[in-house]
Amino acid sequence: MSDHNASLTRRDALQCLAFGGAGTLFVLSGGVLTPVDLAAAADHDTVSAGKPLFVQISDTHIGFSKDANPDVAATLRLTIERVNALSASPALVLHTGDITHLSKAAEFEAAAELLKGLRVSELHTVPGEHDLADATVSEYFTRFGKASGNRGYYSFDHQGVHFVGLINVLDFQPGGLGTLGDDQIAWLESDLQGRSPSTPIVAFAHMPLWTVYQPWGWGTADAEAALVHLRRFGSVTIVNGHIHQIVQKIEGNITFHTARSTAYPQPAPGDGAGPGPLKVSADQLVKVLGLTSARIVRHPQAVSLTDSSLA
Amino acid sequence: MKAPTAYRALAATALCYALTFSGSRGHASELPTATVTTIELKTFMFSPSSVTIPVGTTVVWKNRDAEPHTVASVEGRFRSGALDENETFTFTFDSPGTYRYVCSIHPQMIGTVIVVPAHQ
Repeated sequence: MSDHNASLTRRDALQCLAFGGAGTLFVLSGGVLTPVDLAAAADHDTVSAGKPLFVQISDTHIGFSKDANPDVAATLRLTIERVNALSASPALVLHTGDITHLSKAAEFEAAAELLKGLRVSELHTVPGEHDLADATVSEYFTRFGKASGNRGYYSFDHQGVHFVGLINVLDFQPGGLGTLGDDQIAWLESDLQGRSPSTPIVAFAHMPLWTVYQPWGWGTADAEAALVHLRRFGSVTIVNGHIHQIVQKIEGNITFHTARSTAYPQPAPGDGAGPGPLKVSADQLVKVLGLTSARIVRHPQAVSLTDSSLA
Repeated sequence: MKAPTAYRALAATALCYALTFSGSRGHASELPTATVTTIELKTFMFSPSSVTIPVGTTVVWKNRDAEPHTVASVEGRFRSGALDENETFTFTFDSPGTYRYVCSIHPQMIGTVIVVPAHQ
């Protein structure tokens, strides 16, 4: 049974890479959060493999209007339509940051208005560096900081799964990688203390918690100090955004997964002078934007993920 | 009788100023004297990445990239908001010292401003 689930997970992962599309649905399956292509999830029996757990959207970049996508509000609306159209919709949406492009009040207000269109009961967010770029670093916290007591990190439980929101975009060190910081890591350790190893864990942050590409700062310098507290759990799923493309890695019981943006793609690691908006033709754009859906399977307890494009 | 003494003192002071002035002019070609310095943010780099300026100099950072950048002091001395393409941030350095800064959106971008006393 667990073999079956494991092969499903691998197949889904390959599927999501093949589609290279817009969204990912996460399914908790046999202890592993498995990404499933959203389009496949809509009409495929993967939906029957577990209960919907959450949908992840990321990097909406409201306020961006350059060539790579002159209408990021339209692609976010399309994403929201896809989420609302899921036959079995999850209760949670996780937004893994870069809600806005320039941290402007008007951008946050426009984003909040658009996100109200989601027909889910809970929206949980972590900030991206584009959300903390105002001079006083206050616009994000004013609107979304309550859940975390204005620290940026927090945890909650849902359907027997423990969710941890982390912030790795506040304390940048010169040289590039994101940082969690000692206070947050100490908090994480105490937050996880006493929890059963059989509790599935979903951690979400903006920047990858593994080094995807160091020269572009695509990683978290002190991720290892956090991971040591997560390894004893049987199913750990860590989702993030930031790099606007799907990359997945499985290391022991930990699945790392980065989601697509709903706004614009970025180049593959190391392809070109640096990261940034990548212009593709209009008909290609919806194929490289998307969301991720997660489902949970009970026996054994696991999460599986599905990526779906907006095409 | 006091007036001439006062005049002499004034004249001496004037001479002193004149000497000082010509002295500092003598260094003018070697010391940085600009009161405004511009640093461009281009292709994910601060250009120039290091500048040496006299106290009182105003630095203007201008973003030439299509991507937004920020100018954020590592020691928390100054911090711009997000600078979109062609937007600028200005800061005047009133104390000597070495100021390191990064773009908080792309912290692989690192810059340094070295502020030296005006007259050395």
